[in-house]
Amino acid sequence: MYNFDFVKPASVEDAVAALSGDEAQPLSGGMTLLPSMKQRLNAPATLVSLTGIDALKGVCRDGDMLVIGAATPHAVVARDAAADYPALAELAGQIGDPMVRNRGTIGGSLANNDPSACYPAAALASGATIVTDKREIAAEEFFQGMFATALDEGEIITSVKFPIPQKAAYAKFAQPASRFALTGAFVAQYADGARVAITGASENGVFRWSEAETALSSNFSADALNGLAASADQMIGDLHGTPEYRAHLVGVMTRRAVGAAH
Amino acid sequence: MTKVTLTVNGRSMSGQAEGRTLLSSFLREELGLTGTHVGCDTSQCGACVVHVDGQAVKSCTVLAQDVEGANVTTIEGMANADGSLNTLQQAFQDHHGLQCGFCTPGMVMAASSLLAENPKPTEAEVRHYLEGNICRCTGYHNIVKAVMAASGQDVSDTVAAE
Amino acid sequence: MPKDGGIGASTKRREDVRFLTGNGRYTDDINLRGQAHAFFLRSQVAHGKINTIDTSAAEAMDGVIRIFTAKDFEGVGGVPCGWLITDKHGQPMQEPKHPVLAEGKVRHVGDPIAVVIAETLDQARDAAEAIDLDIEDLPAVVDMKAALSADAPKVHDELSSNLCYDWGFVEENKAAVDEAFASAAHVTSLELVNQRLIANPMEPRVAVGDYDPWNDNSTLYTTSQNPHVIRLLMGAFVLGIPEHKLRVVAPDVGGGFGAKIFHYAEEAFCTFAARQLKRPVKWTSSRSEAFMSDAHGRDHVTKIELALDAENNFTAIRTETYANMGAYLSTFAPSVPTWLHGTLMAGNYRTPLIYVNVKAVFTNTVPVDAYRGAGRPEATFQLERVVDKAARELGVDPVELRRQNFIKADQFPYATPVAVEYDTGNYDATMDKMLELSDYAGFAARAEESKKRGKLRGFGIAHYIEACGIAPSNLVGQLGARAGLYESATVRVNATGSISIYTGSHSHGQGHETTFAQVVADMIGIDAGQVEINHGDTANTPMGMGTYGSRSLAVGGSALVKATNKVINKAKKIAAHLLEASEADIELADGKFTVAGTDKSVDWAGVTLAAYVPHNYPLESMEPGLEETAFYDPSNFTYPSGAYGCEVEVDPDTGEVEIIGFTAADDFGNVVNPMIVEGQVHGGLAQGIGQALLERCVYDADGQLVSGSYMDYAMPRADNVPNYTVDHSCVTPCTHNPLGVKGCGEAGAIGSPPAVINAVIDALQRGGHSHVTHIDMPASPSRVWAAMNAK
Repeated sequence: MYNFDFVKPASVEDAVAALSGDEAQPLSGGMTLLPSMKQRLNAPATLVSLTGIDALKGVCRDGDMLVIGAATPHAVVARDAAADYPALAELAGQIGDPMVRNRGTIGGSLANNDPSACYPAAALASGATIVTDKREIAAEEFFQGMFATALDEGEIITSVKFPIPQKAAYAKFAQPASRFALTGAFVAQYADGARVAITGASENGVFRWSEAETALSSNFSADALNGLAASADQMIGDLHGTPEYRAHLVGVMTRRAVGAAH
Repeated sequence: MTKVTLTVNGRSMSGQAEGRTLLSSFLREELGLTGTHVGCDTSQCGACVVHVDGQAVKSCTVLAQDVEGANVTTIEGMANADGSLNTLQQAFQDHHGLQCGFCTPGMVMAASSLLAENPKPTEAEVRHYLEGNICRCTGYHNIVKAVMAASGQDVSDTVAAE
Repeated sequence: MPKDGGIGASTKRREDVRFLTGNGRYTDDINLRGQAHAFFLRSQVAHGKINTIDTSAAEAMDGVIRIFTAKDFEGVGGVPCGWLITDKHGQPMQEPKHPVLAEGKVRHVGDPIAVVIAETLDQARDAAEAIDLDIEDLPAVVDMKAALSADAPKVHDELSSNLCYDWGFVEENKAAVDEAFASAAHVTSLELVNQRLIANPMEPRVAVGDYDPWNDNSTLYTTSQNPHVIRLLMGAFVLGIPEHKLRVVAPDVGGGFGAKIFHYAEEAFCTFAARQLKRPVKWTSSRSEAFMSDAHGRDHVTKIELALDAENNFTAIRTETYANMGAYLSTFAPSVPTWLHGTLMAGNYRTPLIYVNVKAVFTNTVPVDAYRGAGRPEATFQLERVVDKAARELGVDPVELRRQNFIKADQFPYATPVAVEYDTGNYDATMDKMLELSDYAGFAARAEESKKRGKLRGFGIAHYIEACGIAPSNLVGQLGARAGLYESATVRVNATGSISIYTGSHSHGQGHETTFAQVVADMIGIDAGQVEINHGDTANTPMGMGTYGSRSLAVGGSALVKATNKVINKAKKIAAHLLEASEADIELADGKFTVAGTDKSVDWAGVTLAAYVPHNYPLESMEPGLEETAFYDPSNFTYPSGAYGCEVEVDPDTGEVEIIGFTAADDFGNVVNPMIVEGQVHGGLAQGIGQALLERCVYDADGQLVSGSYMDYAMPRADNVPNYTVDHSCVTPCTHNPLGVKGCGEAGAIGSPPAVINAVIDALQRGGHSHVTHIDMPASPSRVWAAMNAK
């Protein structure tokens, strides 16, 4: 990788200040950023580590919300969210491998918005709120297509607030090589209806499958999805699967998630 | 260059690191601990797994400066105090859980984390936990068997070394 | 039972202790005083004309020592090819020049253009980005059939076309084969792809060149399966350094699988640059670099036809294969689709007439060469798929169709119509064993149970043969090999009786340090701990050809036995002298020489001490000392064979295939260390299953490598594969080597791909998808789903 200056502030304020410098970038778990820097696809002048900021870590319940610090590793979410939001904990426990889960963080994953990442599906299906050092952003507005988010330059995620659903589940079909989601469906049932978010499949990144939401809102069962098919338009086609295959998997994974919801 | 000090295998060790110096390079090149291997550059193969403050991490995807002051355990620190193989290492030898030996350090470090978290894993749990460690030689059969045996479970249905 | 440490014992591996404690010594662990680092600037386009390379800005950067380009290699030879194929018209293959660094043109993504030497690797890489390259894109050829069209761009302008050779085997049989097809009662034909793979040993390649100007000695430390071959090729053909001034060391090597057989440009470069700069030069491949610079494997497109008579006897086989060579000829590339493939097309069957046609093609891709099995997996896949398809078309049991056509146990030695003579085998025995161990009889009930869970269960069979123990030198010489394929061993007995062995074989995971010691210990009757195996350093091992093609024990082990017997014969003479007896009366057992029928004896150490402290010694008739070297050149190949059974479950919703069970019943002849043999089979099975279900190297139409990392190249992981059931109790010992051994390293990778695909087809057919008669590898979820849903 290109060389850079490394700083590791202990507070959000110091991190924000460090990020105001020229070509500074935040580093969370680094599970995606560091490999891309090894390929020299990314050349920050300064990397600002967020892993030394205790205020960004932890999982806590706040009424109907589960609040997760942005620098909380996946392994901690898998453990500490299990009682309050088991589907979210299970999703976290399926990301990468044990070593990746010990380093990678929820904030890093959301800020990167990889079209095959798992967390965006949970955030979108839960109607989560992404809290930054400056503002609160609804998941709906946060995800803006492949690798694009509503974050401004230098803005960092501090926590994510997940409304806890009545029941939910995540069903992931792994890409055979990377084991990212070839297609993943997160289904959550709330008092005001069901939400379905799909990751891995679309060229536009994570999206809500509104037809399925409508069907599930009136009848939260796999049978309610019979006859529903996602369109292959704008689905990703690559060596691991055609757009048609991904569109088919959207249906299969959504059905499986509904069946597994708890 | 910045001085980085770590406690490695119980000993305080220091060396120089640039911003971009990875923990794997720091261990291998600066501290001379070449047991930690690098088999890929996309954080997939797991040959570089070490423990940082008790947790298994891929040292090729951690910056040396980011773990300043940490407690690091590498494969060189896994044997018993008298130098003999520990239970897990011995099980790898007894059950032929290695061939070329290149993935072995990472495999042992990951498996030891598994057993710390889950002392009596099922075979499926072992296979799932090791998904971040690629071995091209063994076909995994004997690695899984070694980990099961190290956990004190019976693996007598197949041939072991004499 | 043999005593621990002898032949037949599952002795624990002595090499494991250093590997398990982080004390292995791999090439990248070697750092020499004053070492500089090399970074290769590689082509990012598949085909292009190099107009200019301006290194001036890069040369001024921090830490840069020197930058090399092709012009620095004027007067230096190209990377040689070790095998000449003669085509069906009797003409030599087209053999292009393969420069160390690209000259004039780049021919594949990854082709090295320039090398920056700097104080650190990061500095070298930083400077490489400052090299100003002007490369004019040329249209690339990737598809083999397109590459052979008259108007295709030429990979090598100096050649007449992109055709390396058009090979026919056996050309004289072609008319008879065609006649047999014309009169066949049934013909089954199948078009298939044996996809391009990447060997991916977990240790990436590394080369460290060193030079001692005061003695004019060069040393290369390299990740090689055969250091002597590298010394010969690099010294004689590339750099012009005689052997006595060139040492090649392959220390602990982290897997090879074929990809570390070949002589690579980076090895020659580091040796050359160290001489130029008079300091050590190190290159370590990154994995990304390995994907575009290690030789790839397989990449055949084939049409196979099988003719049968009215009684379902095989009467003829005809194949046409396109084999990708990539952009240059790697060391043994031309031999893989020809002699290592065509000669195996008889398989286990009595088919009387066979004709194999192979067109080898240059494309703008990474060179292709031997990968675990090399040619034999390609042959086995075709044959075992077409036999399965024929059984389905004829409505006969695939087991019975195979059995009916097997060469029977009483028919050995058996000369096939494709030039080889199988010395021994018993294919019904391995088939029986596999069916028993896999509970084939209970399959129907298991399939029924799967159906209740909504899954499709299938069982696939494959029976393979391979030719190992490569190879009789006079024969391969006639076939175009530019090397002999013997093996060597030196047995140096030390004064106190311990033994140092120097072998030309090389272990990169196979455990020779343990098994070779078992052989010698068993022959002499001493503890294996008294025997040390040394390999990998041309400075102390006799010239040997290294390890590949499942040859180490069959050829290297035979050399070891031969040298050990020489030692024993001399030791008996010494013992006879010490015991004042006739040499003919001396018997060696359990490390003791005894005069037959008496209690007069002298132990091993007593004899070895006498050899080196010859106070009481027949100096008038015998030299002191006890050290012997032997070279062994095999008289035939060895022919391991086996029956493989694979049971799968297909998820009809996703197309995902799960391997439920895999049974391998192999005949490897005699076995020295069962634990290690089983480990070899396990590893081969995982690679074969990887090929069948996961792995695929993909180029796009412009020659860009799409599967350029583990993010897209799917390596088998622990949860992709099952526990294997392996058996090697069916033994027909090899008749022509002293240990009766056949070799076991490649079997798993040869027999498993057709077993897996046959199982997937079986599952789909049973599940009502009768239109699916073939799926190309890998049978990924998307492909299986697409096949099921094709209308």
